[in-house]
Amino acid sequence: MDFFHTLILLLDSTVRLSVPLLLAALAGLYSERSGVFDIGLEGKMLAGAFAAGAAAAVTGSAWAGLGAAMLISIFLALVHGFASITHRGNQIVSGVAINFIAAGSTIILGQAWFRQGGRTPSLSAGGRFGAIELPFADAVRDVPILGEIYSELLSGHSLLVYAAFLLVPFTWWVLFRTRFGLRLRAVGENPAAVDTAGISVSWLRYRAVICTGILTGMAGSYLSLAQNAGFVKDMTAGRGFIALAALIFAKWKPVPVMFACLLFGFLDAFAIRVQGTPLPLIGQVPVQFMQALPYVLTVVLLAGFIGKAIPPRAGGVPYVKER
Amino acid sequence: MAHTAIELNGISKSFGAVHANRNIDLKITAGTIHGIIGENGAGKSTLMSILYGFYQADRGRIQVGGKPVTINTPSAAIALGIGMVHQHFMLVENFTVLENVILGAEGEALLNTSIAKARSELERLERDYGLEVDPDAVIEDLSVGLQQRVEILKALYRGAEILILDEPTGVLTPAEADHLFRILRQLKDEGKTIILITHKLREIMAITDNVSVMRQGAMVATRKTSETTVEELAELMVGRRVLLSVEKGEAKPGGVMLSVKNLTVKDSRGVTMVDNVSLDVRAGEIVGIAGVAGNGQSQLLDAVSGVQKAVSGTVTLDGVPVALTGEADPADLRQRGMAHVPEDRHHVGLVLPFEENENAMLGYHRQAKYLNGPFLDIAAIRNDAREKIEKYDIRPADCRLKTANFSGGNQQKIVLAREMEQDPKVLIVGQPTRGVDVGAIEFIHKRLIDMRDQGKAVLLVSVELDEIRSLSDRILVMFAGRIVGERGPDASEAELGLLMAGVEEKEAAE
Ligand SMILES: Nc1ncnc2c1ncn2[C@@H]1O[C@H](COP(=O)(O)OP(=O)(O)O)[C@@H](O)[C@H]1O
Ligand SMILES: [Mg+2]
Repeated sequence: MDFFHTLILLLDSTVRLSVPLLLAALAGLYSERSGVFDIGLEGKMLAGAFAAGAAAAVTGSAWAGLGAAMLISIFLALVHGFASITHRGNQIVSGVAINFIAAGSTIILGQAWFRQGGRTPSLSAGGRFGAIELPFADAVRDVPILGEIYSELLSGHSLLVYAAFLLVPFTWWVLFRTRFGLRLRAVGENPAAVDTAGISVSWLRYRAVICTGILTGMAGSYLSLAQNAGFVKDMTAGRGFIALAALIFAKWKPVPVMFACLLFGFLDAFAIRVQGTPLPLIGQVPVQFMQALPYVLTVVLLAGFIGKAIPPRAGGVPYVKER
Repeated sequence: MAHTAIELNGISKSFGAVHANRNIDLKITAGTIHGIIGENGAGKSTLMSILYGFYQADRGRIQVGGKPVTINTPSAAIALGIGMVHQHFMLVENFTVLENVILGAEGEALLNTSIAKARSELERLERDYGLEVDPDAVIEDLSVGLQQRVEILKALYRGAEILILDEPTGVLTPAEADHLFRILRQLKDEGKTIILITHKLREIMAITDNVSVMRQGAMVATRKTSETTVEELAELMVGRRVLLSVEKGEAKPGGVMLSVKNLTVKDSRGVTMVDNVSLDVRAGEIVGIAGVAGNGQSQLLDAVSGVQKAVSGTVTLDGVPVALTGEADPADLRQRGMAHVPEDRHHVGLVLPFEENENAMLGYHRQAKYLNGPFLDIAAIRNDAREKIEKYDIRPADCRLKTANFSGGNQQKIVLAREMEQDPKVLIVGQPTRGVDVGAIEFIHKRLIDMRDQGKAVLLVSVELDEIRSLSDRILVMFAGRIVGERGPDASEAELGLLMAGVEEKEAAE
């Protein structure tokens, strides 16, 4: 049963590691489905993580942290929207700018406010989203296999983990079962069709980027309030870009997005697990190789196995009526 | 009874430096079919888009049903009962018909109930108007004719009382156009008002009650259709007398210059676009390929000119085979005397941000006369461009001007000058007058006849049946990737129309 136990632990950390990816990828899904490409997921997540850490440290409340994270993320998303929707600017440039702003300002503000080298103060239990024990988790712990899956793998995660996974069916439902979703998908494909159908393209896209802001705020909060006990500089460490890769990999569909994120989370968990331990036949694997694996995998799989990822047709192109 | 459905007063609209509409007045009587004609670029689509709230006028007033209104958005127009079928369809290609129809008119926040309601309403509309189309079909799988039905259904579903159709027949076979006209008459009988934009004079005469003519952004005249003639309308459109047909002498065909045998071309999805096509073009003749857009003509042109790979078949240029499945290299073909005026001058024929003189030789830039050692000989290139500007009357006569700043007709002349001045053996021309004004059309047609008379072999593809009929010495009709018939230049439009619609050769002959 030792192997089984190791597997459960590995999957358990897979879940934990994939959550920020999942939240960020779902965030990107809303924006990109509406035709606004967002390379600034990383920056919004980082700013969210900082805001969450700072607000939770000051107020002692995780919920205040989450609220602050969402607000600041929505603000940055609106900046991106203002540049790319209202002013029809280049979406890549605007996204990159947001990444820079977030990377720089979180360090400066962190140092100015808390003087701990860019960190926010360590959070006590009340300032974090703690583990939630599902009912009977303790009671069934000794039941072989199923009991272990329930108590180790499914139980004992923070609220944000459950929220992230519930957001997958929810996003699917929004996208394919509601009026907002129909319009969102339409505006990413052909904004002129939406416009002539009597719907405001700008307002629709603004609502999409606001959704992106809310979710990147959650992703950031997860990092500083659930996975860690406070903000550390550059703590997103490229997760926004991996989320973007997952989104492309999953062809902008919610359920495949979840599996892509779980896959990347698994690679990450695996990398941590095998760190320092030589693998049979292969020997010692450099950490850098494992860290690069998600990106390599995306390129290889996109190129060879899952066919062409066709982005929303109007993605990245500002809607201009009059030349 | 005849009250006014729409009245426009002093509408003006500029796009940057372009005056698309100048001080336009227009009155449209309720319950009539009102035609609007004008050359490409006259401002028809702009005017209608203003009425539909897609663009905002710089100046002017709009009245609907006698009441002054402000139409700032399409939703305002829809609320006033105005519907529009745009020249370029406004459909979401990977949505179903039903999804496209309800978009913006869903009613409720959840789709379940609104879709069910829409389905029965849509079925009723399809039955009432003979507009059958599968509600669950995905738009990109539908023919253009069916896509247009979806656009009409969209407008009717929103309860349009005033229906604007912008160049609806450009993409239709003659039979499909007739069907459309029957529907329009039925709508009129129900009391709806219809605005029909077209540049085909015959359609205007056949179906409209009144007709307004636009020229260079201005409204130049409005007539009762019964009191005007095709000649008068043509003259009003262009501002001077036009020859509606081209004068040309007998063709004196020589040897075969271009020979295509059993050519088959597939697109990237593996769908057969050109199906076992064979044809010959002789020196000194124009062979025209007629057909409704999208029946494989574009792929045929691309394959013959080496832009696209063919699956099988052979092409010989002046007796020498051309590699088709491998590296048929457009540059090599050019060197061997095949000039190509592509269908899509904006994407294939020209680099729009380049200066005129650069485009005037692009593709022939390896020729010694444009080179000075390893470098381009800028002075020679500009002199060459100036000569072409003079000879082809390209305006403005400025070889340093950015190509994007020339009008459509002059851009087309730049491409024609480049290709024709190479003294080719074979000239392949796609849609030579698409988006070109009538004056330039006359010029281009004359130049094509000149080329023929100089003994060049000309292969012409056009979706304008009139153009094919007046220029060609032989007409081949293409349908669903195959050549379905050959006719002489005197073939009637009706006969060609049937062939274009895929009606079998034998039936068509009856
Ligand atoms: N969205 C636009 N932006 C800039 N210029 C435009 C736009 N639409 C049309 N124009 C210009 O306005 C003029 C009138 O165009 P249009 O109304 O489309 O003419 P028509 O429908 O009669 O062919 C043309 O010169 C065209 O280039
Ligand atoms: Mg037009």
